[in-house]
Amino acid sequence: MNSLILLFVSAGYLCLLFVIADIAERRSRTGRSLVNNPYIYSLSLAVYCTAWTFYGSVGRAAEHGVQFLTVYIGPTLTAPLWWIILRKIIRICKQQRITNIADFISARYGKSRGLGVFVTVLCLVGIIPYISIQIKAISGSLSLLSGSPDAYDRSFFLTDPAFYTTLLLGIFTILFGTRTLEATERHEGMVTAIAFESLVKLVAFVALGVFVTFGLFDGPASIFSKAIQLPALKEQLTFGPGHTTGDWFWNCLMSMAAVLFLPRQFQVAVVENVDERHLDRAIWLFPLYLFVINLFVLPLAFGGHILLADLPIHADSYVLMLPVQYGQKGLALLAYIGGFSAATGMIIVETIALSVMVSNNVVMPLVIGRPSWQSRVGTGSFVINTRRITILVFLLMAYVYYRAVSHHFSLVSVGLISFAAVAQFLPAVIGGLFWKGGNLPGARLGLWAGSLVWFYTLVLPTLVPALLPAELLTDGPLGIGWLRPQNLFGLNTLEPIAHGMFWSLLANLIGYLWGSANWPQSSIEYNQAILFVDIFKLSRALDNSVVWRGKVLIADLRSLLTTFFGPERANRAILRYAPDESSGQKSLYADAQLVTYTERVLAGAIGTASARTLVASVAKEEPILVDEMIRILKSSQELILVNKELKRKSAELERTTRQLSEANERLKAADMHKDDFLSTVTHEIRTPITSIRALTEIVHDTPDMDPDARQHFLGTVIKESERLTRLINQVLDLERIESGRYQLSTERLYLPELVTEAVDVVGPLATEKAIPIRVANHTEPSDSVWGDRDRLMEVIVNLLSNAIKYSDRAAGPITITTHTDAGALVLTVQDKGIGIDLAHQELIFEKFYQTHAVRQTEKGSSRSAKSGRVLKSSGLGLAITRRIIHLHRGTITLESKLGEGSCFTVRLPLAPEGAVAYEKQ
Amino acid sequence: MKNNKFTVLIADDEPNILLSLEFLMKKEGYRVLIARDGAEAYELIQREKPDLLLLDIMMPHMNGYELCQFVKQSPEHQHGKVIFLSAKSRDTEIQKGYDAGADLYLPKPFSTRELMAKAQELLA
Repeated sequence: MNSLILLFVSAGYLCLLFVIADIAERRSRTGRSLVNNPYIYSLSLAVYCTAWTFYGSVGRAAEHGVQFLTVYIGPTLTAPLWWIILRKIIRICKQQRITNIADFISARYGKSRGLGVFVTVLCLVGIIPYISIQIKAISGSLSLLSGSPDAYDRSFFLTDPAFYTTLLLGIFTILFGTRTLEATERHEGMVTAIAFESLVKLVAFVALGVFVTFGLFDGPASIFSKAIQLPALKEQLTFGPGHTTGDWFWNCLMSMAAVLFLPRQFQVAVVENVDERHLDRAIWLFPLYLFVINLFVLPLAFGGHILLADLPIHADSYVLMLPVQYGQKGLALLAYIGGFSAATGMIIVETIALSVMVSNNVVMPLVIGRPSWQSRVGTGSFVINTRRITILVFLLMAYVYYRAVSHHFSLVSVGLISFAAVAQFLPAVIGGLFWKGGNLPGARLGLWAGSLVWFYTLVLPTLVPALLPAELLTDGPLGIGWLRPQNLFGLNTLEPIAHGMFWSLLANLIGYLWGSANWPQSSIEYNQAILFVDIFKLSRALDNSVVWRGKVLIADLRSLLTTFFGPERANRAILRYAPDESSGQKSLYADAQLVTYTERVLAGAIGTASARTLVASVAKEEPILVDEMIRILKSSQELILVNKELKRKSAELERTTRQLSEANERLKAADMHKDDFLSTVTHEIRTPITSIRALTEIVHDTPDMDPDARQHFLGTVIKESERLTRLINQVLDLERIESGRYQLSTERLYLPELVTEAVDVVGPLATEKAIPIRVANHTEPSDSVWGDRDRLMEVIVNLLSNAIKYSDRAAGPITITTHTDAGALVLTVQDKGIGIDLAHQELIFEKFYQTHAVRQTEKGSSRSAKSGRVLKSSGLGLAITRRIIHLHRGTITLESKLGEGSCFTVRLPLAPEGAVAYEKQ
Repeated sequence: MKNNKFTVLIADDEPNILLSLEFLMKKEGYRVLIARDGAEAYELIQREKPDLLLLDIMMPHMNGYELCQFVKQSPEHQHGKVIFLSAKSRDTEIQKGYDAGADLYLPKPFSTRELMAKAQELLA
């Protein structure tokens, strides 16, 4: 394939990325962010898979078998822990505006500048070679496909396509990594492009795997059965003497750290995280991605080994050479693009992360530390330009490294050494997250010790054939055997990487613990330790608990903020924290919250250490003793607790008060009800007594009375006495029902029988008013109900006599029907009487509705109060009727129209066949 | 009979009270008018201009207070004496009756002898 075409394809692909990134940026500005979902987040995490994965896994699998998997098993095993670790890191970084791993470690240990520089340098030393192998991968794949000689054979770098690719990448990275100075340091365009690249490399690799496995072989079984026949490969399929569990363990541990602490991983996982909840999905999506992309590694490795054994090529190039050898140009191009994606993704994110790291932790502290230079920082563009330059510088450094050194190593070994470097952060970060006692001397000691051992055991040996004598490895420095870099203290059961990891981490951990235990913590360190370890407890308190004391002019802070973020943002911040300042009636000095806020937003732009230096340069700060600071933190925490408790208590109080006043209302209502009831009852009793007294007095005082009249009067007296008795019984009944002491003696009843009896009882009344009563029964004899015969009889009689009372012959007959409906026996009593208007239909079931009616007529115009029959007392009859029906678990309803008659409907549950009496009420 | 020049209106919604009062008044020689509710009473008052009114308070359509006020405020009827006969027996209710212009308020159950004596007095 023509190398020019390949260059064009590469450039075209980069342009596509550019377009994708641009679209994402635009959408993010209009609030329709593409990045705000767990899938893009998970895919962006897959920047973990570099060219090393794409080409190197196959190479490593061909040489060492399944051990390549450790790099993916580590992250997979620990992904569930991200919920604890990564979420905490994300929360802390959002809170403190931390934008890279160096800042993170430096911030945790008292915003130490030295530590930030150290971490940055370690990252640079560890990762520049790692970037260079990505360039190597791109260049190698280019030359393989174009058939031209490898780049480092060319005498002049200007003829090297890799050089131009590097420059192109530099430009792309600058365009999307350093557009504006953002306190959050998020780049949505870049993240979207990276997620897209992750997709491309996955598709390309799987396509290749499918092609080789099913196109060149007859499925995986065929590859493996052929592989097992070759002694060299058979060895790779077994967990033989070449592998030790120790190697596996240390490799897994290393990759666990790498997936979190590699600058690019920290960038995508922490800094670019939009929403902590995306972790929920990423925890399984990311391991799934790793699983899928590794699925075809072994088939490709073995297939390549079987088919391409005769060619003088490294196993790293199987991925490209397999399709080339079998004439699949399109597939070869896809493979190239996949590898290109893997490499460019890593380069872009890594250089951005490193540039932020260097500018925040090395350049800014240097510049800001010198008052004479400070003025030159003048604008935010200084920061941005610093980053742009560092990006280019790193890429060129990586390119130079690639030209000069990298052809000595395979992709994987360089990658692993980088991993081991990053793993040195493990004690400082994990300790810093969970142990308040971890301090700066410990972190410093651990990092130094670990890095030195790392350098000695892992980096030094790589220089051996080229720069150092081979005896260093075989005999040790100066012939001291137990100092051999790859067999330190005679440890020779581990392969070099695991060996280096073991000693460096051991030294690191001991240094960290020993340092932390033997030196005291400064107050700012203790402050930060609490803010880190207790972040979830403190989250809400943080904005309020400010451990700072001193004097800063608001004007100074304003000029600081303006310098980096422009006047508008500075104004907003000052308005928020010093609202008085704008209204003119304020102090000239900023309060602690504004100071802290300023420092935090500045930290986002120039790093925590520099921000601190900068704020300190304008502030007259007074030192705070540790005890005092603890007291401040505690009291603000306590304040929040007390506040919470108070809120809870007052809510409780409010609730109780509400309940009390409700109860009071109910009592009042009940009281009024009782009052009403009493006065109505006495009224109802007075009426017949009045008649009785008057009539008997008349009879008594009129000896010469006409016998017929006398008889009539005495008869009336008897009736009124009966009425009185009935009333008293009703009151007693009602009282018994309401107090729950009313006993029903239930039996199985056939309601139509009761209807017949009731009609007989009211017969005389009806005959008197000449109103016909019609009975219609639509039930079967088996349709019985459980009920109290006397009570139900009372109900039917009451309904019938009411109907008679409010009807007359002219109106029409009274109809009483029985039928069944939906498990209930339904009884209706219909009259054509005067009816009841809607407003009073519910009220008539209340005790002595009459009182209400009269009250109403008292209030309104008496002439218009034509509410039908309610005006005459319905007494207690309907109230008792309804309560009796309810005791039978039935309902009674009324439909009526004024002037057209009323229809009462009683529904009682049908008694199930053969059932015994339900529980007595 | 000495009392036949007087017309008495009895308004009550209780038939048995009407029965006794009608008997008593007729026995004393008054001309008796019967009203079973407030509206009926109102019509009779306008038509017959009774000299004595025995009024219940709680009646359909128009209550006793209203009837009494009507009588006492209208020049052509205000000669009529009003006696309330009511089951309402609280002080406030009685006061309300006198406020409406009543000449007498007898809570039920009342003494027929007392009623007749007071009626005689009022009409004398």
